[in-house]
This record gives sequence, structure tokens and C-alpha cells, in this order.
Amino acid sequence: MSSDTYIKRPNRPLQLYAVIFLIALYAPVLFLPLFSFNDSLYVRFPLKEFTFKWYVELFQREPVWNALMNSVRIGVVVAVLSTAMGIFAAKAITRYRIPGRGTLVGFIMLPLVVPLIIFGVALLVLLSQLGVPLSLYTVAIGHMIICLPFSVATLIPRFEGFDRAIEEASADLGENAWWTFWRVTFPMVFPGVVASLMLTFTVSFDEFIMAFFLSGTQPTLPMYIWGQLRFPQEFPSILALASMIIAMSFVLVFLGQWINRGAQPGAVKGHDT
Amino acid sequence: MSDQTLPETEAPGIRQARPGRLTSLLHGSETLRGLSLLSPTLLFMSIMILLPFAILLVMSFWTPVGFEFDTTPTLNNYREAMERPIYGALLERSLRMSGIATVATVILCYPMAYYVAFHVHRNKMMWIVLMTLPFWTSYLLRVFAWKVVLGYEGVINSALISVGVIEKPLEFLLYSQSAVIITLAHAWAAFAILPLYVSLEKIDRSLLEAATDLGDGPVMRFLRVTLPLSLPGVISASLLIFIPTTGDYITPALLGGPDGAMIGNLIQKQFGPINDWPMGATLSIILMLAIAFICAVFILLTLFVRKRIS
Repeated sequence: MSSDTYIKRPNRPLQLYAVIFLIALYAPVLFLPLFSFNDSLYVRFPLKEFTFKWYVELFQREPVWNALMNSVRIGVVVAVLSTAMGIFAAKAITRYRIPGRGTLVGFIMLPLVVPLIIFGVALLVLLSQLGVPLSLYTVAIGHMIICLPFSVATLIPRFEGFDRAIEEASADLGENAWWTFWRVTFPMVFPGVVASLMLTFTVSFDEFIMAFFLSGTQPTLPMYIWGQLRFPQEFPSILALASMIIAMSFVLVFLGQWINRGAQPGAVKGHDT
Repeated sequence: MSDQTLPETEAPGIRQARPGRLTSLLHGSETLRGLSLLSPTLLFMSIMILLPFAILLVMSFWTPVGFEFDTTPTLNNYREAMERPIYGALLERSLRMSGIATVATVILCYPMAYYVAFHVHRNKMMWIVLMTLPFWTSYLLRVFAWKVVLGYEGVINSALISVGVIEKPLEFLLYSQSAVIITLAHAWAAFAILPLYVSLEKIDRSLLEAATDLGDGPVMRFLRVTLPLSLPGVISASLLIFIPTTGDYITPALLGGPDGAMIGNLIQKQFGPINDWPMGATLSIILMLAIAFICAVFILLTLFVRKRIS
């Protein structure tokens, strides 16, 4: 009995460490909203009056809206395309015996690990040699490369999580493969699909490096922010913009993870083997 | 590229499995159906990964002539990269800085992953989401947040001044190697936590009980059972952080200053202001080779150590 409980016994120092760890993880990011409501051009203590003026000023800027629309357009297209491809890929990986499966999955996951700057310059070289002009389309292609692995990694645990017999039962009862997919498989993996859409949209919306190398004259929102970082007088407005983007990302990702909470988290990393 | 070669290699297997039945070839062949489902993704990834890399490799043997390229293959770029000390110094510095960041991240994240794997019994999922949530938000903005924290008139300096600990701002906080290392370690924490957590979670609890029953105290039990069994997680966490951070661009660009610049910044410069694309391609290739070499040595070393221990 006692040997059974020692693992369950709470470990106070470790608990304290975990709390400090979480605070340290979130603290830097939380300073952005704090100073975005501060009525001062300078980011420093002590805080001055509370103000909304940086937000108000931000909404009056034409370039911010343009950049926002560019990012949203790219994000939606990339989320839909990479999730659609991710569904097929995850189904293939989990449902069929594919030789060299581990290698193929590893290949798909490659963009998560290789430094993005290398992908960025490699695509830039390819596009310029093909004579393709840089535009929002080329940014979207770059984002697809980053988002596909996330989509596949989100969907694989979903497909692994449910009993294959249900699909077989549907087939036995006379549904063809197409209708089995739509009436049985798709509803079962639906939370994973929603999560994948939300996560890939957020990743694309927030992505900077690919946009940095692959965008033409139209900036995405992170590109706009990058451009403004040079001007000290723009700092408070950028704080306001950054706070809103981070708040939106947190909500989207949290909702996505929550909707998808049935899938075992361990399975995401299962591709390593 | 891939859809041509892959089904071809599968063909013998299909014939072997169900000879003679055409319908079974179309509907029953799992491999073929699986591959056809996988083909859009594989095709896209092959075109978008292999082709750019091939052209990058080819370009690294070219020479720039004004705004055009002389396409006669030459090793001049590689020779220049070896001879001019700035390239080697920056590469060495990048590897060292991201090496330090990797070790720091893994050591700091291990207790956290251990805590969630062994001591959290309810709402585990919640903890994992909490630990990985910041990782999904904009990398650029998280680095920007560190600029706000570490800046000359930033959070730390102004807080210390208003409390009265220091009179003048600490200058070494921003635009230094330590600023870059701190930010890298913070920003990539989720990449360490997930594999560490997975490998710790997988450990059979009865092994720990057995160690206790056989007389090991908590420390020996950890060193002889938990740590060796979680080694795969430690290895993948290290690689998952080391590889991408070595080529990082945003963090050194925003926080590094001249002292903290890394190879990624130099590569960007070749494609931007310096406008020597072949040299940029060469540096990218060298960076990838260096990373691959170090990772291979690291993996071999851990395998060797593991064999020695067991």
C-alpha cells in the first residue's frame, strides 16, 4: 500500500516550481496588454494614466486594416486547404498499411523542425528562378508548408482514437466508401477538423518568416508590425495591436484544443518512432 | 515526383496479396488506397520541399554577376565561406548559443513535465494546454514582448530603478547574447515539454515500485529508473529545440544587436542588402550540414552512453 502511494503523495517543492514555471511562461507576454493601456509613449514603470487612445488610433489606420485583411484571407485559404489535405493524409496514415509509413510521416513533419529561414530562402530561390512574382499567393504557399504538419499532427490522434469496427459496420450495412466517410468517419473526427482549422489559421495568421521572404508589395499583419518596430513613436500602437492579436490567438487555440480534448495528447508525438 | 515512384514500388506487394481479382486490386488493396489518399499531401510537400532544396543546392555553386547569375558550377562560395573568418565565427556562435539555450530549456522543462506526468491526476489535458498555449501564438510578438521586458527603458530596468536597486539602466540586458539565449529558451519551451512529458508518461509505474521495494531511495530511483527511461524524450526534446533555434532569425535580429547576431541574420543579409544569393544559398547549405553533423554526433553519443550504462 505505502509503495503505491508515494507516487501520489504531493510534492510541494515541485508544485511550487510548476506554478513559477507557468507564471514565467506567461509573464513576458502579459506585459504587452499592460503597457498598451498606459498613457505614455515610453514603455516603463511607473505606469501613467489608463487610456484607450492607442487602440482608437490604431483603428483609424488604413494600412492596419489592409494588412489585417491580407492576413485573414491567407489564413482562411491556408486553413481550409491544409486541413482538407490533412484529413486525407491522417486517414491514410492511420487506416492503411503503408510501407515506410514512419519515414513518410517524418517527411511531412520536417517543416516543424528545419529552420524556417532555410525554407523561406529555398522557396524564394525556386520562385525567382521560375519567374513567379511574389504576392499573397506565394505567402500562402509558404504557410501551407508550415500548416500541413500541424494539421496532420492534430488529426492523427483523432483518427487513431476511434474504433475501426464502426466504419466496417457501416460498410457491411451497405454504405459505400464515400458515404461511410461522410456519415460515419467525418462526424467522428469533426472535433479534430475544427481544431485543425483553428490552429492552422492561427499559425498562418501569426507567421512572420515565410511572409518576410515571400511577400510582394502587400504586407501581412506581422509584416506590418515588423515595419513599424523601427519607429519608437509607434511602440504604444504596436503594443495595442500585439495585445489584440495575442488575445485572439489564445482564444482560438484554446477553443481548438478544448473542442479536440478527446484525442490523447501523447499520440501527437507518436510519429517520432 | 513521389506519385511516380511510390506506387511503382508497391506494385509487387499488391499482386502478391490478392492474385487475379481485379476488383480486389481496386478496392481491396490497402496500400494503393492509402497512398492515393496521401498523395495530395506528399505531392505538395515533395514539390515544396525537395525542389526548393535542390535549386538552393545548385545555386550555391553559382556566382553573382550584377543582378544575374553566372551558372558555371564553382566551389568558390564554399572556399570563401571557409576562408573568411566572419562566416565560421558566426556559425560557431550560433551553434554555441542555441546549444546553451537547448540545454537550459531541457533542464528547466524536465521538472515541469515530470510534475504533470507524475503528480497531476486530474485535468492533465488542461495542464498540457496551459503549457503549450503560448507556443501557438505569434513568435514575432513573443520576441517583441521580451524586447519590452529587457529594453534599456524596459520592464526590468525601470522597475529596478523605481524600487531604487539601481540608478542607471543595466545595458547588458538588451542587444546581447544572453538576451537571445533567454528568449530562445522561453519561446521554445513547448517543444521540450511535449516530448519529455510523453516519454515520462509512458514509464511503467510498477518499475518505480519495484525499485522502491528493492531498496532504492527517491534519488537513486530517479537516477536509475526514471531518468534512463525518459532519455528518448530528452533526446528528441534537445533536437527539436537545437535544430530550429540554430537558424533562428527573428530573435537575434530584434534582441541580439551586433554581439548577438547569428548565422540566420547573415543568410537574410545575403538575400537582402548584400544581394549575393549564391553566397546565401551556400551558407544555408553549410548551416544544414553543420546541424545534421552535430545531431548525428549527439545521437551516436547518447546511444553509446546508453549502451555503457545498461
